[in-house]
Amino acid sequence: MDFALTEEHLMIRDSAREFAERSLRPNAARLDAAEEFPVDAIKEAAEHGFLGLTVPEEYGGAGLGNLHASILLEEINAADPSVGVTISVHMSLFCSMLAKHGTEQQKSKYLPLLASGELIGAYCLTEPNAGSDAAAVITKAVKVDGGYTLTGTKSWVTTGSHAGLFVVYAVTDPDVPKGKGMSAFIVEAAYDGVSAGKKEEKMGLRASSTTEIILDDVFVPEENVVGELNKGFNIALDTLDGGRIGIASQAVGIHRACLEASIKYSSQREQFGKPINRFQAIAFMMADMATDLDAARLLVHKAAWLRDNGLPCTKECSMAKLFASRACNKAAQDAVQIHGGAGYTKEFDVERYFRDARITEIYEGVTDVQRIVISRNL
Amino acid sequence: MSDLVTNFDLSEEQEMIRDTVRQFAREVIAPGAAHADEHKKLNEAAWDGMVELCLPGLPFSEEWGGAGFDNLSYSIAVEEISRVCGSMGLTLAAHVSLGTWPIYAFGSQALKERYLPGLCSGEFMGAYALTEPGAGSDSASTQTTAVLDGDEYIINGAKCFTTNGSYSKCFVITVQTDPELGSKGIMAMVIDRDQPGFIIEPGEEKLGMRGSDWVNLVFQDCRVPKDAVLGEEGEGFATFMKTLEGGRISIAALSLGIAQGALDQALAYSSEREQFGMPLNKHQAVAFKLADMETEIQAARHMVYHASRLKDAGRAYGAAAATAKYFASEVAMRATYEAIQIFGGNGYSREYPVERMYRDAKLCVIGEGTSEVQKIIISRDLLKRFATNNG
Repeated sequence: MDFALTEEHLMIRDSAREFAERSLRPNAARLDAAEEFPVDAIKEAAEHGFLGLTVPEEYGGAGLGNLHASILLEEINAADPSVGVTISVHMSLFCSMLAKHGTEQQKSKYLPLLASGELIGAYCLTEPNAGSDAAAVITKAVKVDGGYTLTGTKSWVTTGSHAGLFVVYAVTDPDVPKGKGMSAFIVEAAYDGVSAGKKEEKMGLRASSTTEIILDDVFVPEENVVGELNKGFNIALDTLDGGRIGIASQAVGIHRACLEASIKYSSQREQFGKPINRFQAIAFMMADMATDLDAARLLVHKAAWLRDNGLPCTKECSMAKLFASRACNKAAQDAVQIHGGAGYTKEFDVERYFRDARITEIYEGVTDVQRIVISRNL
Repeated sequence: MSDLVTNFDLSEEQEMIRDTVRQFAREVIAPGAAHADEHKKLNEAAWDGMVELCLPGLPFSEEWGGAGFDNLSYSIAVEEISRVCGSMGLTLAAHVSLGTWPIYAFGSQALKERYLPGLCSGEFMGAYALTEPGAGSDSASTQTTAVLDGDEYIINGAKCFTTNGSYSKCFVITVQTDPELGSKGIMAMVIDRDQPGFIIEPGEEKLGMRGSDWVNLVFQDCRVPKDAVLGEEGEGFATFMKTLEGGRISIAALSLGIAQGALDQALAYSSEREQFGMPLNKHQAVAFKLADMETEIQAARHMVYHASRLKDAGRAYGAAAATAKYFASEVAMRATYEAIQIFGGNGYSREYPVERMYRDAKLCVIGEGTSEVQKIIISRDLLKRFATNNG
């Protein structure tokens, strides 16, 4: 057993950290306040090759795996989780999905554009009445000459207003039990009938764009069906295993930012004649925070390692996401607590971490859905 | 007297307050809560309605224009308002417990005559300024100074996080008269808004309670007549600690209301929302969350009402206030957190109130003594009683 990261891992960590500190952290508060999509940051991430990290080399990517992606995402999210979720969804819910399940034609057409950041990918599964019960989607795909027409409304689509490509899960066979007749389609944002609907006003991740995607009689050519017809739900679920590594990595990143901010503030802030980190109440909070952080990161790295090695990992991905997201929220609550009244204001980043952290227990499967997955796998 | 602290029923008067404020909160305050949060602006119409119901003077005697109700009635009023809007609950709690009560309890006849009628009628709000940039949990390290010069004190320094400041006419503040004396040198004063050398600056943007006003105060050679001193010189710190004891009951009531509001929302949503072919509340995972919330809220309510009854009975209530505040505020955090979880993605959206409730709840574990400060108070009280019983 070897817990050491390779030189390649460290190189990615260092370059991602350098990028995050230089280009993300200084702008994060402003973008959050303005609810402004981080166009420049995504562009710069693309220039660094980060958007194509998991895309195979023959399609213009770096051909690296989930562990590399996790290390990258921790760094990005420690600085700006709005950028983090945009990259995570692009990478794990689109690029990796297409690399794994796409046809040669689909891959050579789209992956280079995704790797270069010319197109950003987004994932359309959730609907107003299909949240945790994801199989209950009603967006339908009707067979027509040369392809399908898609009609329906998808909700909570990350990067909805800025994505160039969507993977849309729609019902192709309504006569079988739900989940059994669903297929995956690549839908270009430029297709007729595709539009971004209502933009969500969110507690946090306010610089990321979360919108409805409305599909109004959208013609999608036959060759854009991903994987087997009517087997789309399996792809959706398999993709989410990888996605959960991404969100768990996000939680680890936010968690680390909370710890680092707490260490810094508690060593500078004096009350009762000494730095507050000298009080057990504060020091022990940080001890727990650091212990949870390590545990979370190890769970995430293990899940990523399993997936990279083609081993069963569904349960472990859910465990990583369950633990990391809960630990991250505890850390965010404690980080604000350590900052006291100051932490309740926007003068300090922990105020934003507190809001951003909350989503990690919700998207890509709420905590109780992770518990369903884990318990069924026992 | 003992009946008062063991009887768990509400009196007719207390029930009347509860029902009246509940209806008012639902009809008048609730509709404006999201707007106030979004625009960082106090819901002034809601305050006007509270004034019409005589809430600003609720627990004060009629002699000063108050309504003459007991402290439990006041806690219930704060609870019911906070159930729909934490910001308005905080506005009332800060006004009554922190801005008005110390003048009522410790003020000279002249100070009472000058300020109490306006405070009780709600013509203006009260404010209380203890916290400074360098004096948070360690409130004894107050740096704002008062130097006697003839018949006046000259005040210099700064205060932060002063709730209701934009709407206040009088500010109860702490000043240090002699740093050598430490907390014994702390004095309490009432400063009029119009005093030259007293500058009121807008407060920082906050995580939650965005519909509650707060400001920062700056004193630059601000000259204040000697009769502005509240209580005895040298007892300022004790005066403030005593004020905070009552304040903590009100923050406990605020926390209780927020927790109950989160449960109200979670109950309604989980009954309407269907997933996997049945309402969410039919899933054990959701139903048990509701059960935990209900259990904790009931326990918190008993603690808040008990502390209020102790105060009404003229008995010591400091430790009861601290335990109630500590527990109820943590319950509010858990209840609002879980309510968001039950709402799923919708809980993260500003379209539903639980998102705001979670941000508001976080104030309750910080303001008027963090949970850690409550634990200092609770453990010290415990150890003191242990020593007494075993000494």
